[in-house]
Amino acid sequence: MHIPDGYLSPATCGTMYVVTAPFWVIAVKRVRKILNHRTVPALALLAAFTFILMMFNVPLPGGTTGHAVGGTMVAIVLGPWAAVLSVSVVLAIQAILFGDGGLTTLGANCFNMAVVLPMVGYYIYKVISGNSEIDSKRRLVGAAVGSYFGLLAGALLTGLELGIQPLLFHAADGTPLYAPYALNIAIPVMAIGHLAIAGPVEAIVTGLVFLYLQRSHSTLLSRQAVQRSEGKLWLIWSGALVLLAFATPLGLLAAGTAWAEWGAEELQELLGYIPRGLQSMSDIWHAPLPDYTIPGTGDVAGYIISAVIGIIAVGFLLWLLGRWISRKGSVKQGSSTSGVSKA
Amino acid sequence: MREGDFLTRNIAGFTLALEHIVLTEDLSHAAGLLQGLDARVKVLTLPLFIVIVGLARDFPVLIAVFIMALALALLSKVPAAVFLKRLLIFIPIFTAVIAIPALFITPGDPLVTASGRTVITVQGARSAGLLVMRVVDSLSLGLLLIFTTPWNKLLAALRWFHLPSIVIDILGMTYRYIFLLLHTANSMFLSRQSRTVGRFTGAENRRWLGRAVATVMVKSQYLSEEVYLAMLSRGYQGEIYTLSSLALRRRDFIWIAFALAAAAFMIWSIYQ
Repeated sequence: MHIPDGYLSPATCGTMYVVTAPFWVIAVKRVRKILNHRTVPALALLAAFTFILMMFNVPLPGGTTGHAVGGTMVAIVLGPWAAVLSVSVVLAIQAILFGDGGLTTLGANCFNMAVVLPMVGYYIYKVISGNSEIDSKRRLVGAAVGSYFGLLAGALLTGLELGIQPLLFHAADGTPLYAPYALNIAIPVMAIGHLAIAGPVEAIVTGLVFLYLQRSHSTLLSRQAVQRSEGKLWLIWSGALVLLAFATPLGLLAAGTAWAEWGAEELQELLGYIPRGLQSMSDIWHAPLPDYTIPGTGDVAGYIISAVIGIIAVGFLLWLLGRWISRKGSVKQGSSTSGVSKA
Repeated sequence: MREGDFLTRNIAGFTLALEHIVLTEDLSHAAGLLQGLDARVKVLTLPLFIVIVGLARDFPVLIAVFIMALALALLSKVPAAVFLKRLLIFIPIFTAVIAIPALFITPGDPLVTASGRTVITVQGARSAGLLVMRVVDSLSLGLLLIFTTPWNKLLAALRWFHLPSIVIDILGMTYRYIFLLLHTANSMFLSRQSRTVGRFTGAENRRWLGRAVATVMVKSQYLSEEVYLAMLSRGYQGEIYTLSSLALRRRDFIWIAFALAAAAFMIWSIYQ
């Protein structure tokens, strides 16, 4: 997932530095507030560990091996902000010292792997584990599932950044100047690779490490010091979402539709006919915002409004899910108090 | 492939990383052209060329940068074999694999046709070539920087440019402890390998690996507390003071003049 120099245009690189910088600043502030003078040694050792973690070769079925990123693991043990800093430091050292990932693309790589990956992983872990016991199976599942989707989110962003290059930056004769594959190739390739191989590796490693910590070092997992420093995180994320919502009209630049998301009319063009089953089914559900446009608004405004409505809808569903899980968790917790003495 | 091979692979990986760090340290202390320059000058000029490589839209500039990087490597006593091996084996081959399909699927004017159908387009070939050249150029400039500048000098230069001191302190200490933790992890795998006579299943190996990773994590956590106490007892109050030996000399100004002239010429030729 490390994007080397040369794959992204200078404009994209600059933008990604600007997008990532606030996360770095806030992370330094938050971590410093909690750790005070401990900040430097604590983060240095954590970053050194993260570096080693990324180097471990995991034996996979079939005799091959793979690597994990481990951002979610670090976020679970020391909180998401400490993870932002330690993974960023590792990415910087990998880029400078080993030429792994570029200098100009460092902002983008940090956003994908040091900001989005641990944050997504960590919050999924939080939502799934709710108020359950430190040594509960639910937390273990939460860690594994969180790391899987954290990695996937990072991979999809990488695909997005690579995929917009040929649309935005090409020579007069159509030659792509940077990464040559458009969104309809870049995103599926990144998604499939990470859904099928890298994601499971990440989940297995995170799960195994988490299991061992649950059994032997549960104090590490229950330590709340840095984790409490989440603060007004929702504010930053809402800001980022608003920015993203305003960026959605970028999709209009793409000539085609997302791969495998063809509507009936497009299939007609592509295949020359509409599969009969699809034709009969495509009339069952009429979306309230067909083609992401609002009747009576322009293309761009319609896109932005659709994005905002979509975000609110998804947010509401997640909130419901969280409520449901945490209510279930509190019921379960009441019945499993006998487990505490064992722990 | 034997299941136990994953131990060997891990040990090889750790050893390779250690080797690379030691080699980099050795090269950065050699008496070459770039080693003799002030770190601040290098931190400014070499990334400047990486940006130019990013801006370039055609081959002449990219080829010129590559020739310049190669010449600088030779003048800086970086053995050509080491430089080219790092440069042409790992990342560019990976990039080439990525770039090859672009030859065939980028729409455009025909370059190679077979039985009346366009197989490779001009645009596809140019795009793939640009990508590979850009990656090779950027990587060679990045390698030049780290092969000719010791880590502490590099950090001193970044400090001079007012990168927040907390970032620099963390980068400096992380580098130091990566070394230590690499050794620790390497010893764990070596001792495991020396105790292994039979064969383990993949699942058993994965479980052991999970414990090994967690153990390194726990060790690093304890160590960070001990390191902090050691720093406190030596009078640490949140600031790290370092001896910095940065000084601009005449050769630095000559290099700056050359680099700026070359950069200006390249930018002019990109936008003319």
